[in-house]
Amino acid sequence: MKKFVTALALAGVLATGATAVLAQQNVIEARKDLMKANGQQSGVLTRMARGTDPFDAAKAKAAFDALANTYAKFPTVFPESSKDGDTRAMAAIWTDRPKFDAEIAKAAKNVADNRDKGSASLDGLKQAVAVIGQDCGTCHESFRKPR
Amino acid sequence: MRRLMKLLLAAALIGAAAFWFVTKPQTVPASALAAPHTAHLANGKTMFDAGGCVSCHAPSKDDRTKLGGGIALTSPFGTFYTPNISSDSKDGIGGWSEAQFVTAMSKGTSPKGEHYYPSFPYAAYQRMTIADQRDLFAYLKTLPAVPGKARDHDVPFPFNIRLALGGWKFLFLDGKPFTQDAKQSAEWNRGAYLVNGLAHCAECHSPRNALGSIVERQRFAGGPNPEGEGWIPNITQKALAKWEVSDIAELLKTGTTPEFDNVGGSMASVVRNTAQLSDADRNAMAVYIKSLPAIDGPPRPEKR
Repeated sequence: MKKFVTALALAGVLATGATAVLAQQNVIEARKDLMKANGQQSGVLTRMARGTDPFDAAKAKAAFDALANTYAKFPTVFPESSKDGDTRAMAAIWTDRPKFDAEIAKAAKNVADNRDKGSASLDGLKQAVAVIGQDCGTCHESFRKPR
Repeated sequence: MRRLMKLLLAAALIGAAAFWFVTKPQTVPASALAAPHTAHLANGKTMFDAGGCVSCHAPSKDDRTKLGGGIALTSPFGTFYTPNISSDSKDGIGGWSEAQFVTAMSKGTSPKGEHYYPSFPYAAYQRMTIADQRDLFAYLKTLPAVPGKARDHDVPFPFNIRLALGGWKFLFLDGKPFTQDAKQSAEWNRGAYLVNGLAHCAECHSPRNALGSIVERQRFAGGPNPEGEGWIPNITQKALAKWEVSDIAELLKTGTTPEFDNVGGSMASVVRNTAQLSDADRNAMAVYIKSLPAIDGPPRPEKR
């Protein structure tokens, strides 16, 4: 009986461990999806800004809203438990968290601030895309490993 | 027995003399620069931006003109601290002669006659024309003087023996300036000159051997990040087959990839440099990079 209980406890511990690993991998997947979504929305805006696609105010507005949505979720998908795993996230995210949070906040603010201008005219969109793109690069510079 | 000892000693002396002879720090004599040269500062700035001087010598990414150095470059051989290359006459290069500058850039030898470590990419800069080096020097001297010496390198034994770098140069520094390929377009040649010389792209985008030199047959095929975590991508057609020339030029201008990702890591800093270049120069670099035959890089270790 005692042995059975021990085995059960052990199984419980293992299961908790496995869940933790799963959760950690899930959050990594979740943020990869968010990054990909950001790339897609940036693509919509950039193609219009470059003239590859015709300017469409409604489409631009929707893309800005989608970006704002993703940025709102970013602070939640970098828990300390997700440091290791199949990720390009650098340790600096957790050793220099205030800087990381500040850069996300700045990027989110720039999306919000540029939404109206960027969906009003092609010229406004061009300026907005330049600002937003720079934020992506700034954060990747300090916090994402090369491939 | 005494005789054998004597023989051995003589052999050792001859060996040491021969090593010194083939590896002593080389210089470019002032007579090589006797031809009068009118400095083109605009070209000097192009060289400065293409060469990426700022990335290693400017401590603040917001001020491209203050080249006080002191930035740590980590490597498997130790940590290098980049020197002050501002126009300060005491701590920077303000007091240097043109010949001393050209010597540093193309021979990797300091004004004191010491070998520089190849973390200073003179193996690439040696491809530059003398005229471009003189323009670059003239441009650097127009930038503000920043006082203060950078700290010494933190490089453990045996890599702290600078004399040994002569052996490295003997093996890996060929001393050849860039030569045009007549079969290729002027644009391609300009790109090849910028990519292999100034921009020293291969320094990160190639694997290195145990002595820290680029593995020539895998040039541009990517490899472990020499500065730390992660993997530097292959930029031959093995990896960039789907990229148009305009995609490469766009990346060099804005950092945006065809998938609308924005490059990070050290490449973000590189893009701040290439963004300063003309469209023509970025296109030339892109034309050359697009022409690199597909080469397999070293196998990447399994991800954790």
